[in-house]
Amino acid sequence: MLKYANPTNFLALAARLIPWLAGAAALALAVGLYLTFFVAPDDYQQGASVKIMYLHVPAAWLGMMCYMVMTSAALGTLVWRHPLADAAQKAAAPLGAAFTLVCLVTGSMWGKPMWGTWWVWDARLTSVLVLFLIYLGLIGLWQTIEEPAQAARAAAILTLVGVVNIPIIKFSVDWWNTLHQSASVFRLGGPTIAPSMLWPLLIMALGFTLLFFALHLMAIRNEILSRRLRRLSITAAAAEDPEVAGEAAL
Amino acid sequence: MSSPLLALFGRELRIARSVGGGGAMGVVFFLILVSLTPFAIGPDLNLLSRIGPAILWIAALLSTLLGLDRLFQADADDGSLDLFVMSSTPLELVVLTKCAAHWTLTALPLIAAAPLLGLTLGMEPAALAGVAASLLAGTPALTLLGAIGAGLTAGLRRGGLLMAVLILPLTTPVLIFGVASASAASGGTVPFHTPFLILCGLSLMAVAGAPFAAAAALRAREA
Amino acid sequence: MKDYTFYIAAAYGFAALVVVTVIAKIMLDYRALRQKLTRFDNKERNR
Repeated sequence: MLKYANPTNFLALAARLIPWLAGAAALALAVGLYLTFFVAPDDYQQGASVKIMYLHVPAAWLGMMCYMVMTSAALGTLVWRHPLADAAQKAAAPLGAAFTLVCLVTGSMWGKPMWGTWWVWDARLTSVLVLFLIYLGLIGLWQTIEEPAQAARAAAILTLVGVVNIPIIKFSVDWWNTLHQSASVFRLGGPTIAPSMLWPLLIMALGFTLLFFALHLMAIRNEILSRRLRRLSITAAAAEDPEVAGEAAL
Repeated sequence: MSSPLLALFGRELRIARSVGGGGAMGVVFFLILVSLTPFAIGPDLNLLSRIGPAILWIAALLSTLLGLDRLFQADADDGSLDLFVMSSTPLELVVLTKCAAHWTLTALPLIAAAPLLGLTLGMEPAALAGVAASLLAGTPALTLLGAIGAGLTAGLRRGGLLMAVLILPLTTPVLIFGVASASAASGGTVPFHTPFLILCGLSLMAVAGAPFAAAAALRAREA
Repeated sequence: MKDYTFYIAAAYGFAALVVVTVIAKIMLDYRALRQKLTRFDNKERNR
């Protein structure tokens, strides 16, 4: 395991893993989409609109899981000060923002025919919106601080502060009585959702998770390469102009 | 032990009072925000008195955060922040003291001004008391959360707007329960103390946790 | 039972758009970085 903490070894590992992850993600998503549109039954109350759930729920899970991945990377940054953890943090933020955005928008598309409105200001929707805003803030922080290691530490602290939002999202439907329906898959006493709908949902979730990990690895690889490029440019500039040599030592 | 912190507290007050300190700007900004709202919404006193607590809370939130990006900026510029980081007094206590001084300078006048501005919005006496009490209980949380953002963006060239972007999402619970308790004071289905106690709890949590996060952010700037 | 085709199509269309954008962004970044790094390597070798 420790062997892959070395960026060069990590790049080799990523190059081997990414095609498999991407292939598996494509396969799972294809099977999931097939089950969604041709096998899964319509809900007796919600009709065909329930098909949006197979997109909305995995995106929501991923939006939260991505934050947890980012939190563990943030701990890696603060405790071990490892550059790979910095890269993992930075790579996760835009992905999390993308999945959370998908969750919000598909939820809206589902809410309009079901609730008669695109948006309600209830606890679940608002806390997911706050999650999205935290992702945007983190992206802003990464873009503002030039020195990568310093940006990583600042982002790690903000990530750890923002993690209080995750349990609020998870339990908001249980704590407050809202329009959003309560949890039906991960709950005490087993899922309340019918198996014919649960299986497509789980396969879609698996596909999304694999897709996330493939994209995350690719983004980490980009980040490692861009740091390498940054270092090379500074060294090259230092070779031509001794004034910059001090910068390169950093 | 406490005398360096007391000295720091006094220093903050003196700096804010001196020329260029800009200590009164927060209240003036608050005043302007509240008086702009009726122009945007229209002079309907019934409507204004109903949303008065929300207007006052939003204005308080924005004017608290407006001044906060300067919390560590001047110290970072003139190097005293490095002395704080290296001193034997824990940085967490330094942060807490600076926040207390900042709160005294900006939030207290704002809380005093809030009932007067509430009168111009046509709010009832009970609602005025509710707004003042909820601001008193909630603004410490705002100041301390803002201190985390100020620590993260200290020394950055364009930190001001970024700090608001980072911290405003985290202030939603304070805003929700602040407005809820202010509205509950003037009647409603919820008794006043339910949201008010949650608001106090949020402030206490911020007092307990935020200094550590802000101090970690300040230490993270170097090395 | 109402017709929900528009909402379903819009939701899946939007999700596909976002996912494709993210994939394309990451792949294009990768290609650009690779090219710049090779250019650097060539420069080093020529010196």
